[in-house]
Amino acid sequence: MSNANTGMVEKYRNNFLKEVEENVEEGDWVKMCMQCGVCSGSCPLGPHWDHPPQELFMMIRAGKRDEVLQSTSMWMCTSCYNCIVRCPRELPITHIMHGLAHYATRLGIAPKNQPTMKFANLFWKNLAKNGRVNELWLGVNLYFMDGIVNGIKVAMGMAGIGLGMLKAGRLSLKELIGGHTVKDKKGFNAMIKKAMELEAARIDNASK
Amino acid sequence: MAKEYSFYPGCSSQEGASSSNYLKSVESMCDVLDVKLNVIPDWNCCSASIGYCGGGELPRLALSARNIALSEQHNAGQDIVATCAACWLATKETQERLDDDAGLMAETNIALAEAGLKLENKSKIRHMVEVLIEDIGYEEMGKHVVKPLEGIKIAGYVGCQTNRPFGIEGESFENPKYLDKFIETLGAEPVEKYDKKVSCCGGALAFSEPEKSQALIKDIIEAAYDGGADMIVTPCPVCQMNVEVYQDKINAKFGTKFNIPVTYYSTLMSVAYGKTGKQSGLDGQIIRAKQLEVIAGK
Repeated sequence: MSNANTGMVEKYRNNFLKEVEENVEEGDWVKMCMQCGVCSGSCPLGPHWDHPPQELFMMIRAGKRDEVLQSTSMWMCTSCYNCIVRCPRELPITHIMHGLAHYATRLGIAPKNQPTMKFANLFWKNLAKNGRVNELWLGVNLYFMDGIVNGIKVAMGMAGIGLGMLKAGRLSLKELIGGHTVKDKKGFNAMIKKAMELEAARIDNASK
Repeated sequence: MAKEYSFYPGCSSQEGASSSNYLKSVESMCDVLDVKLNVIPDWNCCSASIGYCGGGELPRLALSARNIALSEQHNAGQDIVATCAACWLATKETQERLDDDAGLMAETNIALAEAGLKLENKSKIRHMVEVLIEDIGYEEMGKHVVKPLEGIKIAGYVGCQTNRPFGIEGESFENPKYLDKFIETLGAEPVEKYDKKVSCCGGALAFSEPEKSQALIKDIIEAAYDGGADMIVTPCPVCQMNVEVYQDKINAKFGTKFNIPVTYYSTLMSVAYGKTGKQSGLDGQIIRAKQLEVIAGK
């Protein structure tokens, strides 16, 4: 368990709701959930969630910290925003799911090998490098995220699609070396670094 | 006089990227409609809806804030227009969140100062579809049609992020009709009662959870066929790609025989406005839109 995680456990003890309210993106909305279940019924991947959003909200209030943060559930969110527009209490559910996923990752207790977690992480690293997404590397890293052997299998399975995209001019081998980038990379990197520092400081303070 | 906008093209529209054909058709469409797109200089990725693992709230907000700030500096007074649903959504969400939270706004400006920028956060942020409906209008859109898309039946697949949570003024979340109206305006026939028009294609999870997502995509395509569609049209790059490129995989898995072209609204408009196949981005189709090719070739 990470230090940040231990710090948070010690600080909030039995008040997981408060921990979420103070540290998770849009977490202060959780208590507004009235348990109607419209979000769960509206979710395109609903059947694949161990705990659909409405259940997660109740679990947060019940203090089920590990069960929530270690769950694969919020990683099933496709960002379709059905839940947001249908919620009678107007909870920003999509954002809370992203917030919980990010918070679990930050504390080092997100489920290992969850594919969307790995992909979401790849995506962030990819865009943070040059300020713009490099789709070729994103694809290559995606196929090989479970190791070389599996990667070759996956890549071969996807070869047809890749070739089709290349032929249609919608994938470029130029992206292998260099590729698209923002011009002011120095300013861009400094901005991201500062934003990360400010956010980390806020959360570190909370865990003390 | 040309209508001018501050344009945020987004990563997928770049040369050699997955929706470069979208940009091509948008440029052709805007040329006919006398719309001038001034690209935001040095724009960056918005982190879409999937950057949230590595990127916390503030770093993600900073991304879109940088784009808005650059626009306010270089394209002052112009509305920001995005063609990508995720770009539009992330930028608009950032504006809303920062308007709502003075603390986050202050921190965002501290981060932006590292890049020599300052955010006013006053620009209006719009999707290209809004520009077409609100600034151009259906009547004007129809006036430029020189090759009506007669005899083609099209399923208008609106998808998620052009539709929720912001949507298009005057349209419902559950049954938006603007794509159907576009289709009619261009002389084609919309599929009526296309029940999967706002269903999710899996979005970024098409990459990380391919099987779960392909099951969703299958339903979207099947409903289009059930409605008698010859093709599917969408306003979103992720929808376009997910619904077009996995058809072989879905066929192999489900025993279907899908082979239906999926294009953008701008592809239809460009062809109907008399542009060539290439100018309309038809060479970017993986499943060729043969009926459009015939019309474009006339």
